[in-house]
Amino acid sequence: MSRRTFSIGGVHPADNKISRECKIEVLPIPETVYIHLGQHIGAPAKPIVAVGDKVKVGQPVAEPGGFVSAFIHSSVSGTVKSIAPRKDLAGNPQMCIEIAAQGDEWMEGIDTTDTLITDFPDDAKSCLDKIKAAGIVGLGGATFPTHVKLTPPPGKKCDMLIINGCECEPYLTSDFRTLLEKGEQVAIGTAIIKNILGVDKATIAIEDNKPEAIKHMNEVLANLRKLSSKYAGISVLSLMKKYPEGGEKQLIDAVMHRQVASGGLPIDVGAVVQNVATALAVYDAVQKNKPIVENSVTVTGECFPKQANLLVRVGTPLKYIIDYLGGMPADAVKVISGGPMMGKAIANLDAATLKGTSALLFLTAKQTARGKEGNCIRCGKCAEACPMGLEPFLLNRLSRAGGMLDELEKNAVQDCIECGCCLYSCPANIPLLDVIRQSKAQVMGVIKARAAAKK
Amino acid sequence: MSKLLVSPSPHIHASVSTKSLMRDVVLALLPAAIVSVVFYGIGELVVLGTSIASCLVLEYLITKYMLKKDCTVGDWSAVVTGLLLALNLPSSTPWWVVFIGAVVAIGVAKMTFGGLGQNVFNPALVGRVFLLVSFPTYMTDWKIPGGLFGADAVSGATPLGAIKEGLLGGAQLSDLTAQYNWSDMIFANIGGSAGEISALALLLGFGYLLLRKVVRPYITLSIWATVALVSLIFSLAAPEQFTGPVFNLLTGGMILGSCFMATDYVTSPMSIKGGIIFGIGIGFITMMIRYFGSYPEGMSFAILIMNATVPLLNNWFHQKKYGRA
Repeated sequence: MSRRTFSIGGVHPADNKISRECKIEVLPIPETVYIHLGQHIGAPAKPIVAVGDKVKVGQPVAEPGGFVSAFIHSSVSGTVKSIAPRKDLAGNPQMCIEIAAQGDEWMEGIDTTDTLITDFPDDAKSCLDKIKAAGIVGLGGATFPTHVKLTPPPGKKCDMLIINGCECEPYLTSDFRTLLEKGEQVAIGTAIIKNILGVDKATIAIEDNKPEAIKHMNEVLANLRKLSSKYAGISVLSLMKKYPEGGEKQLIDAVMHRQVASGGLPIDVGAVVQNVATALAVYDAVQKNKPIVENSVTVTGECFPKQANLLVRVGTPLKYIIDYLGGMPADAVKVISGGPMMGKAIANLDAATLKGTSALLFLTAKQTARGKEGNCIRCGKCAEACPMGLEPFLLNRLSRAGGMLDELEKNAVQDCIECGCCLYSCPANIPLLDVIRQSKAQVMGVIKARAAAKK
Repeated sequence: MSKLLVSPSPHIHASVSTKSLMRDVVLALLPAAIVSVVFYGIGELVVLGTSIASCLVLEYLITKYMLKKDCTVGDWSAVVTGLLLALNLPSSTPWWVVFIGAVVAIGVAKMTFGGLGQNVFNPALVGRVFLLVSFPTYMTDWKIPGGLFGADAVSGATPLGAIKEGLLGGAQLSDLTAQYNWSDMIFANIGGSAGEISALALLLGFGYLLLRKVVRPYITLSIWATVALVSLIFSLAAPEQFTGPVFNLLTGGMILGSCFMATDYVTSPMSIKGGIIFGIGIGFITMMIRYFGSYPEGMSFAILIMNATVPLLNNWFHQKKYGRA
């Protein structure tokens, strides 16, 4: 067991990774996909196809709508049916490209074979161009365009690349399966990113509840190191299982013993963090010319008839996935996109998957019940649990008092990463994070307005 | 399909609740309660029963008819208060005195402030100190344990009381302490209030609370360290006048107070640093009262005095934030 972990707070929810033995299975192509134009943080992409156009798998259908934005590709071959608003997971209308699938014809130049290509170009610029063209975004949840993250601002130097294989959310297993089944590709992707950044060291961080993955990645790296010196400096680090280890700030603390200042970026302390799935996408883009058209999704929950890790085309309707695995269980009341701690409850099962969709989790009323709110008993468990060292009980009190934005800012409400540890551990069932989230948004607004006024 | 539950994250909750925490505290106090019934007999059972029942009924009546709020009796916190109050009283306390203590503890110290979590002072201690000041004869009528099965208990002073009186009467400290040895103190063989008599049973319960992560150890340890240090210095400087660390750590309300009263969530500081200062304050004030005060024991007063500083300690000491100096 590893003793290494982040230094402040954290909780230990049962990991419930009941789909861990399920191999990644290819989901048959749906009849229709709905490809969102806003699948990443930043400006929505602009469509570059018209209704009636024939498209192939991997063909760009939308281009970046700004500096922080990304390309979007068709995930099927077929005909563009419409470009119109459609309800997303939350039930809000978003612009979507609807494509009816016919056959499975890929764009010329995309290598769809399984052949492993271990040698990669030394030229960082050409690699970055390929990553941008492939529409890669951070697949760990934040969906920040990867080519932007891999271009540190001038004057900032990266000391270490961290590949995030923690998958600290309960239930999720898609990164774990990816490490086991596509470890070589992840390792090569890691080497490519490391080369782009020009760093000497890269660490693949994995929690110790995944010993098979740790062992496998060590073997993979040992083999690759025999092939080329390009794989020197990449190591696997076992971390103690603790949520939210996979949070960027917590991971940097655990791996490098450095903390990112409030309002700062990881690169300020010499760190760049990329997810396992992103490293795989980088491999596909650089070595195979393959853009993001599919991603692994864990479909799980004790009440769900069949546990699975599926390779899903981007834009697949959720209902199609659920029906494929046996339909909606009668006792499921909540479907979550992502894990139970930070995932979002889905309002609309007609919505389609996004690049960043990592899991569909089904919970029963009992599993997701929140107890009746009681008085704060000042046990301090929220403060003990907060990985940012905040005092949720205090932020809750200040928020509810109203008009205390100055005090809230002083007590660092804006540092909240919304991991949910406070609410998870509160014995009085006080909706700490619900309240803090609102105050955080208000304080962030004040901070932004102040920064704008200074300029 | 149409009825999906949509609510913000997190979507799961730890199994801990106010009720489970309070129930753990009750469980942790059970060994001490059982030991005191075994050693003091029926009288102790009456004190325990009256105290717990009064606390529950009073909280029920007050929430239902005076505050007109949801009844909070189900959270077990009134049981904790009742149990702690009883363990702080002599086994010979008449039932109506116990009842008055419960009225003060629940009615005045807890519910007037708004109920669980809102009170500044530890309710059980407020009840006990009120009784100590109002009914000093009942409250200092300590019995030497006779037992449920053994001989009748005889009246006697607590070790702390005997020594204070003896010293005032000009006796030699070494003669006074000769009658107590540490194994008597640990195994319930000295006079005192019910919860004071068996250090071992109390420590067992405290160990359970630590194991279950209901409480953290730093407040208790900081009290013990302070008491040990202060009594070591004084007893080395004037061995004929001041008692030493072992005696002070094992007598009076030291174990009950440091393990169960000072660690009360509501009335102790939230941060570790605050908790350590809080513990140092309790240890120091207790020793000053024991050495120089007119009461033989100062644990209750020390905890109540330090309870008053908790809002300040919470204001001064915050925990270390990520990425901030």
